[in-house]
Amino acid sequence: MKKFERLDGLVAPLDRANVDTDLIIPKQFLKSIKRTGFGVNLFDELRYLDEGQPDQDVSNRPLNTDFILNQPRYQGASVLLARRNFGCGSSREHAPWALEDFGFRAVIAPSFADIFYNNAFKNGILLIKLSEEQVDRLFAEVEASPGYCLSIDLEAQQVVTPSGEALSFDVDEFRKHCLLEGLDDIGITLQSEDAIREFEARHRAARPWLFRDVTEA
Amino acid sequence: MSGQTLYDKLWSQHLVKDRGDGTALIYIDRHLLHEVTSPQAFAGLRLAKRQPWRLDANLATPDHNVPTTVKERAEGNAGIKDPISLIQVQTLDDNCDEFGIEEFRINDLRQGIVHVVGPEQGATLPGMTVVCGDSHTATHGAFASIAHGIGTSEVEHVLATQCLLAQKMGNMQVRVEGKLGRGVTAKDVVLAIIGRIGTAGGTGYAIEFAGSAIRDLSMEGRMTVCNMAIEAGARVGLIAVDDTTINYLKGRPFAPAGELWEAAVADWRELVSDDDATFDKVVTLDAAEIEPQVSWGTSPEMVTGVSGAVPDPDAQTDDTLQRGYSRALEYMGLKPNQKITDIRLDKVFIGSCTNSRIEDLREAAEVARGKKVATSVALAMVVPGSGLVKRQAEAEGLDQIFTQAGFEWREPGCSMCLAMNADKLGAGEHCASTSNRNFEGRQGYGGRTHLVSPAMAAAAAIAGHFVDVRTLDTTTAHQEA
Ligand code: SF4
Repeated sequence: MKKFERLDGLVAPLDRANVDTDLIIPKQFLKSIKRTGFGVNLFDELRYLDEGQPDQDVSNRPLNTDFILNQPRYQGASVLLARRNFGCGSSREHAPWALEDFGFRAVIAPSFADIFYNNAFKNGILLIKLSEEQVDRLFAEVEASPGYCLSIDLEAQQVVTPSGEALSFDVDEFRKHCLLEGLDDIGITLQSEDAIREFEARHRAARPWLFRDVTEA
Repeated sequence: MSGQTLYDKLWSQHLVKDRGDGTALIYIDRHLLHEVTSPQAFAGLRLAKRQPWRLDANLATPDHNVPTTVKERAEGNAGIKDPISLIQVQTLDDNCDEFGIEEFRINDLRQGIVHVVGPEQGATLPGMTVVCGDSHTATHGAFASIAHGIGTSEVEHVLATQCLLAQKMGNMQVRVEGKLGRGVTAKDVVLAIIGRIGTAGGTGYAIEFAGSAIRDLSMEGRMTVCNMAIEAGARVGLIAVDDTTINYLKGRPFAPAGELWEAAVADWRELVSDDDATFDKVVTLDAAEIEPQVSWGTSPEMVTGVSGAVPDPDAQTDDTLQRGYSRALEYMGLKPNQKITDIRLDKVFIGSCTNSRIEDLREAAEVARGKKVATSVALAMVVPGSGLVKRQAEAEGLDQIFTQAGFEWREPGCSMCLAMNADKLGAGEHCASTSNRNFEGRQGYGGRTHLVSPAMAAAAAIAGHFVDVRTLDTTTAHQEA
């Protein structure tokens, strides 16, 4: 996983609540058995005017020029600003894979859906919850000033606006640590291998029917 | 000290280690796998040269990409015409072979939608933690288990460590008290709940469904309710153990037998919230007020009773809601204040992990018996949730009722619930669907989904537009205890 320390990034505003994972990456692209290459199909149904197919060359597809990610002023954006309940719907990790592959490293919204929240952090994407009022204000500022960038400092847990205003955000210790260090969860968990084995032995003794080698014996 | 909730009890029974930083290591008893969210996890294992921690905890089946026509299915994997889908199903087979994981393959009688298969086999038991790379894993919570969807990185994590790094959720209780009216089903109950609390109403919580109307539901009805907990934002939905739970499980292939069964039952009886347990949030609904539900928009919270109408966005006071409603109506091609019963249907889909079990099919067949699908409906299809459900339905003659009425009778799989196989809506088509998501494009590019119960879907197929099943004289109440 990529480390996340600081980010000075151009902000793209997606003015929409309840952005679901079907919208972030439609199901036909879930057929891939790889975890890369989803960026060109991020928000496929909003971005293109036709129906996309997996493994298709997107360079000739008709673009929806109204969509923010197709507007010249938002090219190269790495911070996505959105409305509440971002990432609701399915558990597809293809959603953060697509965001990351496209170049987003942070998403700012008033709230996020639970599974998406987990998935994003596991892929080096920082999710920042700000209040509805703060998000409202950022939308107004982004739309009013082309080239609007935010400076995000994970260590200090702050988003700094171009005018120098600092907005603090919460992030739990563990996720912050993993992101700052670029740590992989499996490696961390396997450091507790003995604890898992001990637990498993007790669990098996207390509730043997949970183990199929017991029920089938 | 106040008592424990069911969720608290299950959590502490699986707590391997509190890490002291807000996260905990939780032991996982059952891991279900399907072809879409597992290939990258197996690739990760291989890359790190890791082996699955415990093989017998895993069970796999392909469901999302499998074709549902008899002709294609007869050919097994070779019947999957889309080469990319084929690779995905083949990859699951290969991975299960390589790592030694039990899999019900494409034409195994036990194959089906993973959330139908688990309970049907008794692979989901009370007191378990159950995970799957699929958000509708919440279904299994109907058996008093902590069951939730995980992402692909977590699939790999569970394979490698038998644990998850998790955070304890809050406790929420949704009580549905009283008796459901005739023709009102578990699907209507859960849609009404989502309509009330919204798609983020349960975010951060495990929702325990309780109250007399929930206890009166069959296990299948309870699964329908828990299945859609995720549509209310809650990863986990759960229901306490009672006789209904225990009677359902007895004799299932993966369930314990003999003395072990007796010991298990004694343990399972404890899986209820204590009388003095406190919940962080409680919502109560009156069962008698719930009518058959129909979703009109592009989020499951955009739902209303069948006697209602499409709302007027301009009447909404919240700005974000107003814009959301306007966009939804535009996408759905509906007008403000249009009556729900005036919405005409192009297709009807009865299936999905929400409503493809035998009771769902019986409910729909009862409405369809001796009737004909309206000529204006281009396709009405019934897709059983598993090979075993299909066989049972055929033994009862339900397939005949459906085909005589003009429905297509298909092979088991996810099918048009998310349209990863060939079953999909065309742009602009309205579909009465017993599935769980009405997101834009979910059932096909530009497709317009209306979420309903199986009886309502069957009635809509026959009328060509929505009708209140309570006004049809063929229907009876379907709330078997
Ligand atoms: S039936 Fe639909 S919701 Fe259920 S697992 Fe399949 S695709 Fe997901």
